[in-house]
Amino acid sequence: MEKVFGKPEALQERVFHYCPGCTHGIIHRLVAEVIDELKVREKTIGIAPVGCAVTAYNYFNCDVQQAAHGRAPAVATGIKRVLPDRVVFSYQGDGDLASIGMAEIVHAANRGEKITVIFVNNAIYGMTGGQMAPTTLPGQKTTTSPFGRDVETMGYPIKMTELLNTLEAPAFLARVSVHDPKNVNKTKEAIKKAFEYQIQGKGFSMVEVLSTCPTNWGLAPLEALKWLEANMIPQFPLGVVRDREGVAQ
Amino acid sequence: MAQVKFNEERCKGCELCVSVCPKKIIHMADRFNSKGYRPAEVTAQDQCIGCAFCARMCPDVVIEVYK
Amino acid sequence: MAERVMMKGNEAIAEGAIRAGCRFFAGYPITPQNEVPEYMSRRMPEVGGTFIQAESEVSAINMVYGAAGAGARAMTSSSSPGVSLKMEGISYAAGSELPCVIVNVSRGGPGLGGLTPSQADYFQATKGGGHGDYRLVVFAPASVQEIIDLMYQAFVTADKYRTPAMILADGLLGQMMEPVTLPEDKDLQIPAKPWATTGMINGKPQSIINSLGLVGEELEKINVRLQKKYQEIAANEVRFAEEDVKDADLVIVAYGTSARVAKSAIDKARAEGKKVGLFRPITLWPFPSKPLSELAKSGKRFLTVEMSVGQMVEDVKLAVNGQAQVDSFGKLNGTIPSVNEVYDAIIKSFNSQGVA
Repeated sequence: MEKVFGKPEALQERVFHYCPGCTHGIIHRLVAEVIDELKVREKTIGIAPVGCAVTAYNYFNCDVQQAAHGRAPAVATGIKRVLPDRVVFSYQGDGDLASIGMAEIVHAANRGEKITVIFVNNAIYGMTGGQMAPTTLPGQKTTTSPFGRDVETMGYPIKMTELLNTLEAPAFLARVSVHDPKNVNKTKEAIKKAFEYQIQGKGFSMVEVLSTCPTNWGLAPLEALKWLEANMIPQFPLGVVRDREGVAQ
Repeated sequence: MAQVKFNEERCKGCELCVSVCPKKIIHMADRFNSKGYRPAEVTAQDQCIGCAFCARMCPDVVIEVYK
Repeated sequence: MAERVMMKGNEAIAEGAIRAGCRFFAGYPITPQNEVPEYMSRRMPEVGGTFIQAESEVSAINMVYGAAGAGARAMTSSSSPGVSLKMEGISYAAGSELPCVIVNVSRGGPGLGGLTPSQADYFQATKGGGHGDYRLVVFAPASVQEIIDLMYQAFVTADKYRTPAMILADGLLGQMMEPVTLPEDKDLQIPAKPWATTGMINGKPQSIINSLGLVGEELEKINVRLQKKYQEIAANEVRFAEEDVKDADLVIVAYGTSARVAKSAIDKARAEGKKVGLFRPITLWPFPSKPLSELAKSGKRFLTVEMSVGQMVEDVKLAVNGQAQVDSFGKLNGTIPSVNEVYDAIIKSFNSQGVA
């Protein structure tokens, strides 16, 4: 018999430190599978964020720079401009990208930096212990919104994919989810396209992946998947909002 | 003819694989792995169709699929 | 061929960097250093380098972090409030051991302060500024020519020790024009950087640029390594200049623009027969403590002249360690000290205790 599914080469052997059922692990694997399929592992440079994925350099089997909180798109810009023929991706959470790193992501997208951003949105700060994120849902209880997110004083969840879609430069913007096998496949397709567009020189690409945080949501892993589907998807609709098939620059 | 191999030491017992198996042949074992999790296992390999749903949903790269 | 040209200090910062092999610049507009990014924006394309006007000071230093981590000679420049914003990134670069150059064409503070030249960022530059136990190698030029020379030195030192270096100038140095000799094009012999994240090509092992040490011992190991490096820098890289120090009873300690003003005041005092000399630190860190200590041992007294309330004076006192009197003249931000003001301070110090 032949192995038809296993650990991609772009992942190291090391076991993830993520909590049981946390879908970061699925997203890591999908990025690694795409890197393998495009045969670009040796020329890929990743940027790890601050947040749960801070030690992504322990998992991806490629060169990695760890960036300050929210600064990954600026760091990616520096790397890509120095090494334009390499494949550069950042892997960021919602606090990192949509709160403290808002300026960096918007301007990297607006400059049309030829990088790929994997944006993991789980509507909460995971690593610091479940505080309110810019993506936390209205009414959602967190350790810093103990009575639920009050939109009167805390605002509404920020839709990053739609926000970046107001810019001219981005080549590919999509929101996907990993709550079931079908959507896992779609997520991989989107990530692959995002990397391909970078390689083809089309410009900036970002894939927002809806992800779970069973621990800080206070749900069992399976319930977390259901919660994501029932609550996050209505707030963060899935789909490709930008697909610039046009000619490479 | 298909087969799945579970690397029990990587498993954290989250049960995502159990939930997506169309053949319902994945169960949580009675034993514990060295990290203290009850690992997922397949008891009826002969019924596996190799769809890899379990492997795709696994957050911990526990599962290999052979065909 | 060496070229002799008239140049503004800020232009010299940019041209000096390019001639030192800098091929990546990211910056944000702030007075009085705007000629640096402006010059870079037209010059970088000529040498195949990258100029980016960043969306913020924070982003600029993090672009430099990425570029330096990818192996390029990279720099950013700013002025005081902007440099405050860069401190997070500077600390990360120090922790991740990334060679890069940060230029501060400083202006008066605190807060928004003013646009006039200042030396009130001495503490920030030499004592940390950002978080954690780290040091920057800090160069303090006193002329446009020295800017050119020290830009080169800053990149060489940064690469040699895998550490960020800073040029601490001020608005006066940035804005004034002087004739300079530009160095000839030479083989820069930039050292290989096998640690850089250039991809795992041809079997290169994985490179990780990182300052995280989650386990206690891991972080301690990083810090021990950093401190060992700083000790090496302190032992090898101290720079200073002396003038008329040998026979002096009173030694003026001043750097950058203050040293220029002090020099004129010293000349005036010398003309009246007063034995006054100038000791000019060129590296503010590592600070030339040993030569100052030796001067103190030989019976000389000191007067520091700074465009701040007096910050470097603390390092002079540490160096002198009670062996001699140390006076301080500090000109608060807003105006540059005049020769007469410094002269008066010299006379006051000179006459204050038994120096005849």
